[in-house]
Amino acid sequence: MQKQAIFQSRWLPYALVAPQLAIVLVFFYWPAAQAVLQSFLVQDAFGLSSTFVWFENYRELLSQPDYFDAIVRTFVFSFAIALSSLSLALLLAVMADRPLRGGTLYRTLLIWPYAVAPPVVGVLWIFMLNPSLGVISHGLRTIGIDWNPLLDGGQAALLIVLAAAWKQISYNFLFFLAGLQSIPKSVIEAAAIDGARPTRRFWTVTFPLLSPTIFFLLVVNIVYAFFETFGIIDTMTRGGPAKATETLVYKVYQDGLLGGNLGGSAAQSVILMIIVILLTAVQFRFVERKVTY
Amino acid sequence: MVEQEGIGRYVAHVVIWIGIAIVAFPVYLAFVASTQDNAAIANGQMSLLPGGHFFETYYRTIFVGTSGSTREPVGSMMFNSLVMAMLIALGKIAISIISAYAVVYFRFPFRMAIFWLIFITLMLPVEVRIYPTYKIVSDLHLLDSYAGLSLPLIASATATLLFRQFFMTVPDELLEASRIDGAGPFRFFWDTLLPLSRTNMAALFVILFILGWNQYLWPLLITTRDDMQTIQIGIRKMITTTDALTEWPIVMATAVLAMLPPVFVVLAMQKLFVRGLVETEK
Repeated sequence: MQKQAIFQSRWLPYALVAPQLAIVLVFFYWPAAQAVLQSFLVQDAFGLSSTFVWFENYRELLSQPDYFDAIVRTFVFSFAIALSSLSLALLLAVMADRPLRGGTLYRTLLIWPYAVAPPVVGVLWIFMLNPSLGVISHGLRTIGIDWNPLLDGGQAALLIVLAAAWKQISYNFLFFLAGLQSIPKSVIEAAAIDGARPTRRFWTVTFPLLSPTIFFLLVVNIVYAFFETFGIIDTMTRGGPAKATETLVYKVYQDGLLGGNLGGSAAQSVILMIIVILLTAVQFRFVERKVTY
Repeated sequence: MVEQEGIGRYVAHVVIWIGIAIVAFPVYLAFVASTQDNAAIANGQMSLLPGGHFFETYYRTIFVGTSGSTREPVGSMMFNSLVMAMLIALGKIAISIISAYAVVYFRFPFRMAIFWLIFITLMLPVEVRIYPTYKIVSDLHLLDSYAGLSLPLIASATATLLFRQFFMTVPDELLEASRIDGAGPFRFFWDTLLPLSRTNMAALFVILFILGWNQYLWPLLITTRDDMQTIQIGIRKMITTTDALTEWPIVMATAVLAMLPPVFVVLAMQKLFVRGLVETEK
């Protein structure tokens, strides 16, 4: 993993890495270290002095029912978003993965929502499903559903999941399509010669061969649901009603806005960091497996 | 060849068109709303066909803004978003390509330590260290500035890794050949490596531009002045007021305008976009 042909210089390599190193140190390591340090401190009422309290902030945080609920909620949201978006995208990719007329046009028409920003996604969906003026809420009311996500927590959660899954369809579709196209046609043909019908071929041949892609996308989608949904939640429900849509990232933001408990806020950040690092580690392990696959 | 079932093919077309409809409907509705009269929308009497207020609404949106909530013309928000997205994309590519060059083409003390320092930043998005970063940016007096908007988002390793991977595949003979021609490290980088990296840079640019344009939480925290707002922040502020006061045609026109540049980039540079997406796995 090393180049044989290289340049000699005493100072040049340092000058070349200096800009990136400076930015990374100032805007990444310094704040991350601050968060870790502060999570072990408690400030006095005037913010003048602080005492080292070990894991007191964490203990306090984890004993709050609110925080525990937010953890559970975030994971439920993540899986709901990942599963609904993945299954719809897989269906579309399977349909598009055959010599159809208009195949490239179809791909074009399905991938562009990737570029729509989360807050815009939120605005689009709240407009469709706004209780008083939304076009779809109107339809729901005529068939007798009492739709009001501004008051009903369950409906608000459903709205977030739908909007977030909608945005992620295109990303998943692209990766599924690439995954399907890399499956050798001979394998599918062999199964066909053995007399397997299309549905059976899919579940016994295609699906298992696609499992690395599925697993990779599952992790990416969960990370997406953790962080990118912030913009969707903030424009649609602001974490409400009654915290029904408050995820971990949203809670960090809200508690921080209120100010005050610096240590608790830092502890929240550190817990988020740990979750992300774990997810990334899982993903890297998977990438290794993909190579030997 | 596997048999082409006649019915299956029709099913495929139908399913894909339903998928396209699901994907497109919210955007279509936004466009339609942006061409209609606010009173009709507020009454829930909105038509599903475009109305006659297209030019009026978009003119007001771009040059005037809403009369209530922000009063900032969306044109200037788009300018802020554009500057931020360009700074993030170009800044990240520039600092990453030279640091990857150093790591691959030089041997120097702490080379691997530095590489790991950069590599680890892959793991944590800005959202998890948001308030400490805010404090630093405010201590450096960078709130409400383009530098404050973009610098913390440049601090990540994706691009560095990508260039490093690419440089490793460049044959050693190229360097030897240009050395025989008397080229030093600068000439080699400028005349040989940069031209070879053009496609990679373009693919990366497409992805980073979209990511930059679509940033939300960070600009939300560090911009307080109305004239520094990006379009994503502006649109959120427009719907803060109660339903009755929200000027929906303008909100929807802003949504359409916020989508235009990144969607255009995806459609116009589809090949590069797909390539960049698969390479950065973002």
